[in-house]
Amino acid sequence: MWKNFIGEMARTMDEMLTNFARFLPRFLEMLALVVIGWLIAFVLRALLRSILKLTRFDKLSEHTGAAPLLRGAALPSPTEILSRFVFWVAWLGFILVGINTLGIAGLEENITDFFGFLPRLFAALFILFFGLLAASFFSRAVLIRGVNAELPSPRLISWAVRTMIILFVASMAFEELRIGSHTVIVAFALTFGALMLGLALAFGLGGRDLARRYLERRFAREQGAEQESREREDELSPL
Amino acid sequence: MPEGSILSDDFIRELINVGEVDIVVGVPTHNDARTVGQVVQAVRAGLLKYFPRERTAIVNADGGSRDHTQDLIRAASISDLNVASNVHALRTLHSISTQYPGGQSSGAALHTILAAADLLQAKACAVVSPDSTSLDPEWVERLLRPLLRDGKDLILPVYRRHKFDGLLIRNLVYPMTRAVYGCPVREPYPADYAFSASLGSQLLAQDIWTQEQGRTGTELWMALTAIVNRCKLAQAFLGTKARKEDAPADLVKAMRETAGTIFLSLDSYYSAWSSPREPLEAPCIGCQPTVSLEPTRLNRKRLYDMFKFGVSELEPVFFSILSTATHEELKRLAGMSEDDFSYSADLWARTVYEFAGAYHKAVIGRDHVVQALVPLFRGRAFTFLTENRDTSAEQVENNLDALCQSFEREKPHLLEQWAERK
Repeated sequence: MWKNFIGEMARTMDEMLTNFARFLPRFLEMLALVVIGWLIAFVLRALLRSILKLTRFDKLSEHTGAAPLLRGAALPSPTEILSRFVFWVAWLGFILVGINTLGIAGLEENITDFFGFLPRLFAALFILFFGLLAASFFSRAVLIRGVNAELPSPRLISWAVRTMIILFVASMAFEELRIGSHTVIVAFALTFGALMLGLALAFGLGGRDLARRYLERRFAREQGAEQESREREDELSPL
Repeated sequence: MPEGSILSDDFIRELINVGEVDIVVGVPTHNDARTVGQVVQAVRAGLLKYFPRERTAIVNADGGSRDHTQDLIRAASISDLNVASNVHALRTLHSISTQYPGGQSSGAALHTILAAADLLQAKACAVVSPDSTSLDPEWVERLLRPLLRDGKDLILPVYRRHKFDGLLIRNLVYPMTRAVYGCPVREPYPADYAFSASLGSQLLAQDIWTQEQGRTGTELWMALTAIVNRCKLAQAFLGTKARKEDAPADLVKAMRETAGTIFLSLDSYYSAWSSPREPLEAPCIGCQPTVSLEPTRLNRKRLYDMFKFGVSELEPVFFSILSTATHEELKRLAGMSEDDFSYSADLWARTVYEFAGAYHKAVIGRDHVVQALVPLFRGRAFTFLTENRDTSAEQVENNLDALCQSFEREKPHLLEQWAERK
């Protein structure tokens, strides 16, 4: 019996050693991948930081409104955030590849999912960045045009344009990430529809005279010429 | 060949039929049938009276008129001329017309005229505005003679204008051209002007015709190019410039054509204005007092209100463009009552220079920078109208001179805007 016990123990130890011997190179491989990954991620971060500084990315972000938003939340500059983001994504990728080499059952599928998710994440960020840029550009254009055309409440109109574009862009980004896409689209459609209905009512009921005057000016220029010249008698000749 | 792209085959054929000429008078048009006949008659009378021995051609560049403007120009033949009895043509006077592609654009019209003058190998070329109804035959002589006789390169006009006419020219274009480029030309953005073949070729060779300055404000760009290249400039007094009754008072468009073009030129010609240079003379030929004082009705209150409205509504935009000190000063101004309001010349000069800096650095879209200047200009226009309400022509000139001196004094501030980038 004692002999049997010793034999079993020896076999178990033998198996453990065999398994450990099989596991150790994989573990070392994982460690190597993690270290190499860190190095590569570090280089990528430094490279990206230089490129973004060179291309004045912070200035561009200032225009999109992203930089003031981050400043308000006491976060680092957009260049720093993006560099760190790329560092972590790259390093995490290597860590996951390393873990994959360990051959732990069940993890492989999750890791594949993660890598499948990365392009969508980048696409969503891309959409968000350029969407914010467009929102900032168009809202500013509307604001300046509104002021120069003496429209009432140009800031409100500009804010509405900005909000609409951001909502639209956010719904696109969420759609890309496949996070509650239906909810976001429905919410966007509802908001957009409500806003359009509100505007239609406001202009239809409240702005009838304004619309009539505009249409007259636009399509019956000759008939309105006399009145227009009367309106213009106080105008300056700039050139 | 640069002109190859803008001139149609048919028009080139017409130009070849005309042959070589000494003088070209260009008339850019777009639905100007009401006035162009009178203008062309005056031009031809001037050519026949003052340049009877020169080979001449009138070249019309049309932007797609639908009111038979082109027919009017083509139909006006030499025999129709009814001028002073002892005037006879010694040579054929050609009058040809073409439509340039791409719709109405002053730059494309000038490009067409330049290309035609180049092909015709004209020694001198004048351009007259189709709505210059006060144009008389002497204008042609005053514009062209200094080119042919004195070897000048560019003749810019000087008009007698109402003291409140051309406020953007008086408050921005003239002072800035004088202070930054060192050349005191009264009308740097001319409607009627003349240039030599060599300046025409220089401009034609520039790579601007697909860019902004090749579409609008091209005449101003041409004047600035001539100043930067130290060409021989002169100004010709042309008398009263008739005010177009239905002239569009689109201030945003005017701001793009003037401030936009000057700001752009500061980028292109940095080396020319950043280092000290001798001022460039532009003698005025036959100059007389340029300010007239007829009573006019202008709504100053509206300008004041629009300035206040602009300063408050565009605060986030001005935050990106202006320095804190200037922005604060403007906000203080906007809080003043109409009676106490005064947008000083120094502050206006600083504002314009900071806008030029913002345009250079593209802190926001460049077109937005130019458009955002409009409400502030209204504030300055209000002060200009107030300062000169009951003044004599001489006092108006003095105030204008003081404004130019402010722009000159503040020039280091403009240089700082460029230095900040570096």
